[in-house]
Amino acid sequence: MTALIEVIRGIGRRVVDGVWRMGVATRFFLLTLLYSGQGFRRFHLIVREIYSSGVLSLIIILVSGLFVGMVLALQGYETLQTYGSEEALGVLVSLSLVRELGPVVAALLFASRAGSAITAEIGLMRATEQIAAMEMMAVNPIARVVAPRFWGAVISMPFLAALFSAMGIFGGYLVGVVLIGVDEGSFWSQMQAAVDFREDILNGVIKSVVFGVAVTAIALFEGYDAPPTAEGVSRATTRTVVTSSLAILGLDFVLTAFMFRGV
Amino acid sequence: MQRATLDLWVGFFVVAGIAAVLFLALKVGNMGAFETGQTYTVKATFANIGGLKTRAPVKSAGVVVGRVVDIGFDTELYEATVTLNLDARFPFPRDSSAAIMTSGLLGEQYIALEAGGDDKMLANGDTIRLTQGAVVLENLIGQFLYSKAAEETPGASPAQ
Amino acid sequence: MPDNLIEIRDLSFAYGDRPVLRGINLTAGRGQVIAIMGNSGCGKTTLLRLIGGALKPTSGSLNIDGIDMGGLDQAGLYALRRRMGMLFQFGALFTDMTVFENVAFPLREHTDLPEVMIRDLVFMKLNAVGLRGAHALMPSELSGGMARRVALARSIALEPSLILYDEPFAGLDPISLGVTGNLIRRLTDTLGVTSVVVTHDVQESLKMVDYVYFVSDGVIVARGTPTEIRASDLPYVHQFVHGEADGPVPFHVPAPVYAEDLGLPA
Repeated sequence: MTALIEVIRGIGRRVVDGVWRMGVATRFFLLTLLYSGQGFRRFHLIVREIYSSGVLSLIIILVSGLFVGMVLALQGYETLQTYGSEEALGVLVSLSLVRELGPVVAALLFASRAGSAITAEIGLMRATEQIAAMEMMAVNPIARVVAPRFWGAVISMPFLAALFSAMGIFGGYLVGVVLIGVDEGSFWSQMQAAVDFREDILNGVIKSVVFGVAVTAIALFEGYDAPPTAEGVSRATTRTVVTSSLAILGLDFVLTAFMFRGV
Repeated sequence: MQRATLDLWVGFFVVAGIAAVLFLALKVGNMGAFETGQTYTVKATFANIGGLKTRAPVKSAGVVVGRVVDIGFDTELYEATVTLNLDARFPFPRDSSAAIMTSGLLGEQYIALEAGGDDKMLANGDTIRLTQGAVVLENLIGQFLYSKAAEETPGASPAQ
Repeated sequence: MPDNLIEIRDLSFAYGDRPVLRGINLTAGRGQVIAIMGNSGCGKTTLLRLIGGALKPTSGSLNIDGIDMGGLDQAGLYALRRRMGMLFQFGALFTDMTVFENVAFPLREHTDLPEVMIRDLVFMKLNAVGLRGAHALMPSELSGGMARRVALARSIALEPSLILYDEPFAGLDPISLGVTGNLIRRLTDTLGVTSVVVTHDVQESLKMVDYVYFVSDGVIVARGTPTEIRASDLPYVHQFVHGEADGPVPFHVPAPVYAEDLGLPA
């Protein structure tokens, strides 16, 4: 009996803790938005963050995009060949990339490359009392540290997703047209006939922006909330990658359900 | 990291990102001719639209001149009403006809516009009167089998 | 203008229902260096955080320059903090900036001074701590003592009237120890600031402070000038000053006096 009560109490405690943490995270996110104005006045800080989360993620994004596109073309060709419609390879590669793989895989890579870096950086700034020092100098750390990182990363994300998709389509072209020998004209023209700017490309961009906001908000909060010890920071970094990956996939389902319902 | 180098890299990154978006929009997507240009809207009713979908191309002589923007159902005629967005650069006579065709044997369906001979051109909101619905494969096969059966057994019909 | 920059009356503080500080009375005059001493975990760092406004007292009053810290909103607190400098235990330098940028940070954040002026001011502050030659280094390239001096230069960048030091002597070699101690005294005298030093380094701090408060288990158990402290017969103080490993058993001080000094109710 007491064991059962203990179990129920454990569940209750977890729920209360979880809800409380969600509340803290929401408040943190709202504060970040509130102080964004001050963040934008220090635009060079945003530029610096675009460098560390955008430019430094370029290599992994471009190389992964290329390979994902090449694999898509190889696999897609095998399947399409059975139905004798190899010309649709361009459609398959471009729609998969622009609608799903571009935003999702780029965001997953972004979470593990830039998100974890943000968490570790902010966690260490807390652990070494840099955040506290800033507060003691009457500088709001959310305006000075958090908001510029938030906007820098959110601006980088759609560019990275677009580069991933473009690179993937190029990879698909390399394998499909150059290597396998699918007709170049029908590769591009079928692609252009099937891919709509608003329905596919713009929705893909919207997805990547949403993912960017989610990943960055999670990374910043985990870093800010991390216990100021080496162990605390490393656990927070892991949690950032896990939580934001789950958030990306969950949000992707919701967004896809809304965006491509009628098609 | 020097400020100037950092700015250069970020500038390069943003330019590359915008180039990627443009590549997707222009080379991969169809934001070419009429998506941004002037269009006019016409309606057409079909007895059967088959597998036609919104955003399907409207072609004339094989050239894409517009897109299907909406598909509805008329509860008085019990027919499908299809709304087309046509590029304003391509005016069509009022007695033009529309037919639902299939590209290839199993490909996607599109609307073929056949120009008529009228002096007056279709205006925004007009309706195309001459339409031909989609060919339903099952009906086609049924007709084919029926006529085949009729050919092979001429004596079966005592009237001939 | 009140004579005392810091006036603390009957201050108590608790984390939740765990009391950390009880009935603290403390004053610091302008231009004085006061030390708050005590063993680890006695609540002296909490006291410093209360003075810095990072925590709010549970009861009692805390006035700095006549302003009640308890009733301040964020804007008021930030306005007050511009007149405060704080030296953290390990310096807390911004690791992504050079020494120069670290010292320039408060100037850039709070003033619109032209770049030339900022450069002059930064070099002046760095010169005051003897590190003008290290202005281009990154914090990771500095020794512990140097990092602490850079942090000191940063905390005096806005010419504060109060500087708080959290364990300024922790983990320093004897030379850096002497240098840091001298700097605190000299900066206090030349800038006319008030310094509050939280430390457990008795010998070094007794050389340079004006007044000492001993905190034990959340209450002030002794106070006095360094001479008084050195001569103190109080067991706790004696043990602390002389670093005795064992409790002072031979000192049989009459119990009522002991209780009074502990601030316990009679």
